[in-house]
Amino acid sequence: MIASIATPHVDWFALSPSLALLGSAGVSLLAAVLVPRTGRRAFSAWVCALGYAGAFVAAALLYDRSGHGTAVIAEAMRRDRWAALSAIVVAGAGLLAVGVSYNQRIRVTHVAEYYSLLAAAGAGMVFLAAANNLMVLFLSLEWFSICLYILCAIDYELVGALEAGLKYLVVGGFGSAFLLFGSALVYGATGELQFDRIAAATSAQGLTGDTLLIIGLALMLAGLGYKASAAPFHMWTPDVYEGAPTPVTAFMSAATKTVALILTLRVLTTAFPREAHLWAPAIGAIAIASLVLGNLAALTQKSVKRMLAYSSISHAGFMLIAVAANNAIGGRALLYYLIPYSAMSLGSFAVVAARERELRQPVTFDNIAGLGWERPVFGVAMTTFMLGFAGMPLTGGFTGKFYVFAAAWDRRWIWLVIVGIAATAVSLYYYLGVIRAMFMRLPAELQLAPSGGQPPRELALGAAVIGALAVTVGSFFGVQPLIDLARHAVSSSLSL
Amino acid sequence: MTPPHAYGWITDVLVLLPLLGALVLWIVPWPRRVAGVVALLFSIAEIGFWIAALYDFPFQGLTIAETSRLTWFKDLGVSWHVGFLNFSIWLAGLAVVVMAAAIAYALWVGRERPRAYFGSMLLLTGAIVGVFAAQDLLLFYVFWEAMLIPLYLLVGVWGGPGRSTATLKFVIYTMAGSLLMLASIIVLGLEKGTFDILEILGKGGSSSLWLFLGFAAAFAVKAPLFPLHGWLPDAYREAPAEVAGVLSGVVSKAATYGFLYIGLFIFGAINTGKSSPAGDLRTPILVLSAVGLVYGSLLAFRAPDVRGVVAYSSLAQVSLITIGIFATNVSGFNGAVLQMVNHGLISATLFLLAGIVERRTETGQLDRLGGLARGRPALATVLMATGIIALAVPGSSAFAAEFLILAGIFTYGWGWAVVGAIAIVLAAMYMLRLISAVLHRDVGPAVPAGARDLRFGELAIVVPLVACLLALSVWPAGITDRAFGKNLRQGQNGLQVLVR
Repeated sequence: MIASIATPHVDWFALSPSLALLGSAGVSLLAAVLVPRTGRRAFSAWVCALGYAGAFVAAALLYDRSGHGTAVIAEAMRRDRWAALSAIVVAGAGLLAVGVSYNQRIRVTHVAEYYSLLAAAGAGMVFLAAANNLMVLFLSLEWFSICLYILCAIDYELVGALEAGLKYLVVGGFGSAFLLFGSALVYGATGELQFDRIAAATSAQGLTGDTLLIIGLALMLAGLGYKASAAPFHMWTPDVYEGAPTPVTAFMSAATKTVALILTLRVLTTAFPREAHLWAPAIGAIAIASLVLGNLAALTQKSVKRMLAYSSISHAGFMLIAVAANNAIGGRALLYYLIPYSAMSLGSFAVVAARERELRQPVTFDNIAGLGWERPVFGVAMTTFMLGFAGMPLTGGFTGKFYVFAAAWDRRWIWLVIVGIAATAVSLYYYLGVIRAMFMRLPAELQLAPSGGQPPRELALGAAVIGALAVTVGSFFGVQPLIDLARHAVSSSLSL
Repeated sequence: MTPPHAYGWITDVLVLLPLLGALVLWIVPWPRRVAGVVALLFSIAEIGFWIAALYDFPFQGLTIAETSRLTWFKDLGVSWHVGFLNFSIWLAGLAVVVMAAAIAYALWVGRERPRAYFGSMLLLTGAIVGVFAAQDLLLFYVFWEAMLIPLYLLVGVWGGPGRSTATLKFVIYTMAGSLLMLASIIVLGLEKGTFDILEILGKGGSSSLWLFLGFAAAFAVKAPLFPLHGWLPDAYREAPAEVAGVLSGVVSKAATYGFLYIGLFIFGAINTGKSSPAGDLRTPILVLSAVGLVYGSLLAFRAPDVRGVVAYSSLAQVSLITIGIFATNVSGFNGAVLQMVNHGLISATLFLLAGIVERRTETGQLDRLGGLARGRPALATVLMATGIIALAVPGSSAFAAEFLILAGIFTYGWGWAVVGAIAIVLAAMYMLRLISAVLHRDVGPAVPAGARDLRFGELAIVVPLVACLLALSVWPAGITDRAFGKNLRQGQNGLQVLVR
């Protein structure tokens, strides 16, 4: 009598990126018991990398074969190019993060778990990007968040790591609660879980302006704002980014933000299109808050990781401008911006990680001095990332900002353009500060003790940095192909 | 809107060759001495290609030629579109010549960390040529900003002791202007549905005052115009001599070129009887330029050091060029273009000479210099010749240019011409003060007895620049007849918006 429960048709192909990552997470975890200590680090890292590579390929195939977005698996998930493209970004970020992690001093008793969690987090993110109802949304959000809570604290001997893990857990739990409560209210108002049915129910039952629905929407926005680390939901970001092991920070800053923003736009445009007159200005306000707060706070930072954390808040602001624009250019702008942004963010944290391992202490603007001349590849890469963050040409950061501003203007929201431009001008101070520290001050001037000896060879990390550099610069020259990808993703998936 | 001339691969080469050179320098681990030589070879090849482009250029009427176009991203209408107009090709020539001289000087001086240094210089070359060649607004902005990156590094790493503040000021000033320009570009391009300058011209340009202000802010900071010159003295004093020469000689011309091409072509339905943004702001801009002209000249007269004199004279000269541009008639334009080339060469030469003097005396303070002419005939001759041309002695190319500018502005309003004429007197005062303080009077305390005359290498760098100036003095019409010619009626491709 097993057949009495009707199981939905499962589109395994649509799940393949997640499955590849889950598979590699399982194998890595087994390595903790089955592979001897000497080979464990290499084995689990390779398995994790293979999982991400597999997810990348699967997502690329999925992108190719999902020209028309469809709802699959009892309509709980969307199989479309929007999800596939964000899966590609997440998988790319994960692959680079494995490279950054490889030489990280993680206790060998935990290394297999580390890579297992890294792969599992990626699987959850990929799943989230495809979510099509409030249940999947919440479950996959928790799925990857729990992995990240542990990853933040996995190196519990690192100063600040436990604090970071705990803070992320508590504040993240807060954010999840907001999201869950919001979802419940939305369900209560409309009686639907699925995004497009929420929209349909809203218009069929004349719920536009319904108090319950609007409160639910606001709470959901707050919950997603936590994950995207947009102001005023950003409080955890600097501490967690600073305290967590740098490779984890690198991964979080790129991948978490990607899926959080991707999902925000998807939920808002498919579930709440009739409330756009409310959420678009709200998102605009959040964007402005993030830009102002992120930039002003970043100005005074001494620690490079904290500065990058505030910079990531301000970039959430830039990307939310694209969301607030609520138009096709905005969708394209968001997807395009995420590609160079993820690369720059990962790459810059990778360089910080390299310096950290060399000095065995947190990297500040003072002790990064001279890095440019000592390790020119890292110096040039870091310079490129900083210029990219600042939106200078020859990096994808420039074209990304250009598209974001174009989206805002297309909606005739010139005030968003002006705030964005003012924020860019302010941000130059601290981004160029890194370049100034690396190239224009020498450790001798600052009377730092030389660390002595050759810096450790970092093949995997170097490869990750060069990969990030290639994406950062390549996305500037290859705007057209990337924009085409983004355009198809938007047109196949969203009604913008 | 079809390009009248064959496919302009040569423009592509002019823009991309230095960028390729920069990559070659950064990637290949050249030995110390070789790096500079490689860079010099690239910059000389660049001059060769420029001459080839010039030889090919169809100078009939106002025209655009040697264009090359490739879509960059379609959905917003942005393309790689480069080409030269009659007047911008001269500015590109100025850029490649001055950059080659600067690279040669840096090689002679032996800058530390040569691969990084010369790579940045080549990147700067490509960016500047790109600014003069870009026919797409976003591409223009890309090159405009790309200039800033190597300049930041060149001043910040290889500059003097106060370089940190100098670069910060320079970057904040210029970026504040540039970002306003970016906002204008985005709005203008999206409104017109294209970022292509020629297509925008074909659609009648723009009549928005706000957009013009965005562009004008960027140009006014970069030029600089009074009162936005706060970054100038620091940057020109702290930069390595050859970089200061490039900054004042070439980079400032990118701004005046912007006023001329983007400011007046897109925003200036001037002389058509209609009101236009550039026309509405003509008087304020002329006032700022006139103030800058007199104020800069006076500061140059009071400046305590060689670089200060050249820096403030640069402020004055750029203001004069802007006056010529906003005369908005043929002689004003021609004078402005000629003066851009002149001043670029003069300023670069003077900064190189300042560097040469500073290397011998370890100071640029005028009260500690003096008597350098005695026993150093080559230095005296070169400095004297450049100074005399700079103060616009009749017969010099600067005289020809300033005459045209004054004649141009006179037809608009004689009062402006009076200010210009006064400034020319002031120019004579500060140049002669500079010459006498360095070369004549008693031997200064900072001048060692053994300070050498210009050596062969230094002569080989400076003399070609002076030779260019002398050639222009003999034949200024070489440029003026080919820039805007005698009238603007023959314009093609929508360029006749300027018709008087």
